[in-house]
Amino acid sequence: MVWWRDQKFRAIVFQVLAAGAFLSLILWLTGNTAANLAKRGLTVGFDFLGRAARFPISESVLSYSPTDHFWWAYTVGLGNTLFITMIVALTATVLGLMLAILRREDNPLAQGAGTTYVEFFRNTPLVVQLLFWYALVTVGLPSIDAPLNPLPGVYLTERGLYLPALSLNGLDMPVRAKFNFEGGLNLSPEFVAMYLGLSLYAAAFIGEIIRGGLEAVAKGQTEAALALGLAPKQALNLVLIPQALRIIIPPMTSQYINILKNSTLALVVGYPDISFVTATTINQTGQALEGIFILMLVFFTISIATSVAMNLYNSRVALKVR
Amino acid sequence: MTGFVQTQSIDARTAPLDARRSLFRVLFGDVLSTVSTLAILFAVIALAPKLVSWGLLNGIWAGEGTQCTGAGACWAFLRAKYPFILFGIYPPGQYWRPVALIVIFIGLTLYSLPPKNWKTSTLWAWVIGTVVALALMAGGVPGLEAVPTDSWGGLPVTLILTVLSLGLGFPLAIALALGRQSELKAVKYICVAVIEGIRGLPLLSLLFIVSILLPLMLPDGLKIDKLLRALVAMTVFSAAYLAEVLRGGLQGLHNGQGEAADALSLSWWSKTRLIILPQAISNVIPPLTNTVVVMVKNTSLVLIVGLYDLLSAGRAALADPAWPAPFAETYGFIALIYFIICFSITRYTHWIERQNLFGVNR
Amino acid sequence: MGRRGLAIIGFAAALSGALAACSPAPKPASDAAPAGKAGSTLATVQKHGYVSCGASQANAGFSLPDDKGYWRGLDIDMCRAVAAAVLGDQDKARFVPLTGQQRLTALQTGEIDLLPRTTTWTMARDANGVNFTFPNYYDYTGFMVRAATGATKPADIKGASVCVQTGSITEVIFADVSWRQKLDLKPVIFDNVSATRQAFFSGRCDALITDASALYSVRATQSKNPDDYVIFAANDEANPLTPAVRHGDDQWFDIVKWVFQAQITAEYLGITSANVDEMLKSEDPAIRRLLGVEAGYGKALGVREDWAYQIIKQVGNYGEVYDRNVGKDSKLKIERGLNRLQRDGGLMVPLPFS
Repeated sequence: MVWWRDQKFRAIVFQVLAAGAFLSLILWLTGNTAANLAKRGLTVGFDFLGRAARFPISESVLSYSPTDHFWWAYTVGLGNTLFITMIVALTATVLGLMLAILRREDNPLAQGAGTTYVEFFRNTPLVVQLLFWYALVTVGLPSIDAPLNPLPGVYLTERGLYLPALSLNGLDMPVRAKFNFEGGLNLSPEFVAMYLGLSLYAAAFIGEIIRGGLEAVAKGQTEAALALGLAPKQALNLVLIPQALRIIIPPMTSQYINILKNSTLALVVGYPDISFVTATTINQTGQALEGIFILMLVFFTISIATSVAMNLYNSRVALKVR
Repeated sequence: MTGFVQTQSIDARTAPLDARRSLFRVLFGDVLSTVSTLAILFAVIALAPKLVSWGLLNGIWAGEGTQCTGAGACWAFLRAKYPFILFGIYPPGQYWRPVALIVIFIGLTLYSLPPKNWKTSTLWAWVIGTVVALALMAGGVPGLEAVPTDSWGGLPVTLILTVLSLGLGFPLAIALALGRQSELKAVKYICVAVIEGIRGLPLLSLLFIVSILLPLMLPDGLKIDKLLRALVAMTVFSAAYLAEVLRGGLQGLHNGQGEAADALSLSWWSKTRLIILPQAISNVIPPLTNTVVVMVKNTSLVLIVGLYDLLSAGRAALADPAWPAPFAETYGFIALIYFIICFSITRYTHWIERQNLFGVNR
Repeated sequence: MGRRGLAIIGFAAALSGALAACSPAPKPASDAAPAGKAGSTLATVQKHGYVSCGASQANAGFSLPDDKGYWRGLDIDMCRAVAAAVLGDQDKARFVPLTGQQRLTALQTGEIDLLPRTTTWTMARDANGVNFTFPNYYDYTGFMVRAATGATKPADIKGASVCVQTGSITEVIFADVSWRQKLDLKPVIFDNVSATRQAFFSGRCDALITDASALYSVRATQSKNPDDYVIFAANDEANPLTPAVRHGDDQWFDIVKWVFQAQITAEYLGITSANVDEMLKSEDPAIRRLLGVEAGYGKALGVREDWAYQIIKQVGNYGEVYDRNVGKDSKLKIERGLNRLQRDGGLMVPLPFS
């Protein structure tokens, strides 16, 4: 055989070529960037993170004031992102489960309602839904001067939901001040729209995952369980669900990651998540490169951590094939 | 894992229900059914009259912005603004050009639906149709006024982004998917890095990158307009997701297929082109069409980088001070357009799944 | 295409321009424009045949496409004036709608030639790759509140919810005012003008903070009864909204500065789009210099001799542009205020045109 037809030799050459092309693409892009930055006299660096942010953040889980530094503003944005992701994941899972049950019913009304819901929410863009919910929450609810007051201390207004909060001195009730209700717990319309929009959207997908998982378990499994004398409830809990879970959990994880990624759409309705903070920071400082780098870093870290955890889980529950 | 042994004897159970149950039994047969039936009926009874009075009885169907004062839906707004929402800031005298683009794309899509039309000639029809449609939009030849992409808007932008990002992303996706399966370690890891890197990011940050950073990353003086930049982001995004779908198809393929091809001493290229890819792709046609839905929906994100797609055009229309900004109607209208497109594709996917195209029961 | 390719094209453009300049001159105040130096912004603009400008996505009075898709507004007219001066046709301008985040990068990277997009001249921005020309509109930051609240100064709105638009200097001013005066204002922040505005009128916020110009426009066009709302200043600073160009092209910087100056000077001298043709016959040396009847000034700047004539004829003087877009002839009806000529008590100072 001629040496250049040797498979091993070819493999090496091919890999060197591929790696070289990939590396030179990256070098070309970074080279251009450096040249462009130098030419325009733009400075690169993370010094700005230590400067006062000066811009307001409308609401946050962690406490924030405009005199805080940029790095803290980022942390606050990340805190909001993680917070909304977690509660949306929880809500969407519960809703999704209900949907799956609804669609497995014999009741045609329930099936129809479930199907309509799933089709509608899955076939329209999330951004449109978020904008719609936001408009509905702000335009649809009464003004602060005539709030809906379904329970004592609970007020529904276009400025969001005011609830009594538990504090050290007992119940902290919202009280009407000159402009707003003060005290208590306030869920802003931005938060409500995000929470509602993301949860309802994700629920449609999660519902389908759960239903798909339950249906994927061969019918014979349930029949066999019943034949062995298990009650229907036992068959569900002991045979159907454990097997379905193995199918359900991997797509569920990627669905949770999707919720995290979709939460970046908060930019559109004005909920201050990490992408919102990044956009504002870029605008205030002009440090676009650094701002986007931080955003990417955050998402990579979370995505990689999740997929590592997922792989560990998968290797534990994977079907042992003999 | 703990075992389970039924120790107590079980009482005799009632016989299974009749195969066909009466409507009443279906709706109110058990607690769950009753609850869901009642809840759904209650929701319908509570909401329907409000919707009817808002949308129909009190709706304003024609007139000026001043006539839309509250109680009813402002359909007059959509009537006045639908050209703007559908075509953005494209010069109004030239609307036939975006209409032609929409017709070309819809026509090509309809023609491509039946599996019997999945031929090379269809592919060429798409290429030619897309070029013609884009040329029509851009103009610049005698008799056809040039319209810069900054003036393109509305539904055509949505369709262009969808078609081009998928069309350009697919070959890229094939390369990435094959690369990921490759035995060459360097190639494999590069492909894994690219695929996972893109999939790990929200599309929004990809759009940020191309809209803000791409100009910095290219040689000085090389300008790419905003539409093209958004297209770059959408294309790499769709390539990464399509590659994952294709990987499923490649993995689902029996090893014997490749081995048989090797035994016939086909070259790697012939083996891939004639044996591996056709089967791998046809195995994953339903998830591929699903990705189409995902991409259609994702085009709406370009509003963040300031492109006048369908949604941004609707939002810009709402900014007109002469009207009281009827959000629900406008977003409803836009959602409906997206729904029609996406739902049709979804139904088509189900239909394809039932076709059992290649006569093999798996 | 690399830098080299671009240089070649620039050179070719320069060459063809030079050839055109050599052909016999048609008439005084000719439209023979000197070609820009290869690679310069001017050469690029001449090669493309249009000026590329950054625009807002929707900002009535400053930049907004009308129902026919034709861009209108004070900032738009700034760009059209540059197009008229450089290319002789105000419609040889293209507008790229930009978000607040994109606008500076778009200018820095050469996507646009000029950024006339209600951008406040700040030190950080000036130092970071752009040059600000002359403020074409002096604004201030204001609060708009419902008159029924009786508020007339920031201290009166302690604890209020305030709608703020992100991507602007406004949010920093908001935070500063709230923090300095311990007002405990609750921000409600959007990335989009119309969303911010809608939120205020629907009652989501008690106050709306933004450039006063925008507040007047909103009050005039969006409220059922403008008297129901009052506007007051958030602080005592003026915001000079200033068209900006890229670092590193002095000629282009000069052109844009003097295009604006020509419009102010025209107003000062009483030249309008209606009477500019008559003014060509004027004996007044200042008018003759401005309109290019006395040749040499356009050439010095690197544009056609009749550049100022074209601006005034096609776009109008500053007063006309102001009145048409934001002033008495527009829906917004904003007082000239600080934007009057210095002669009339404003901040618009015509520089010596000689």
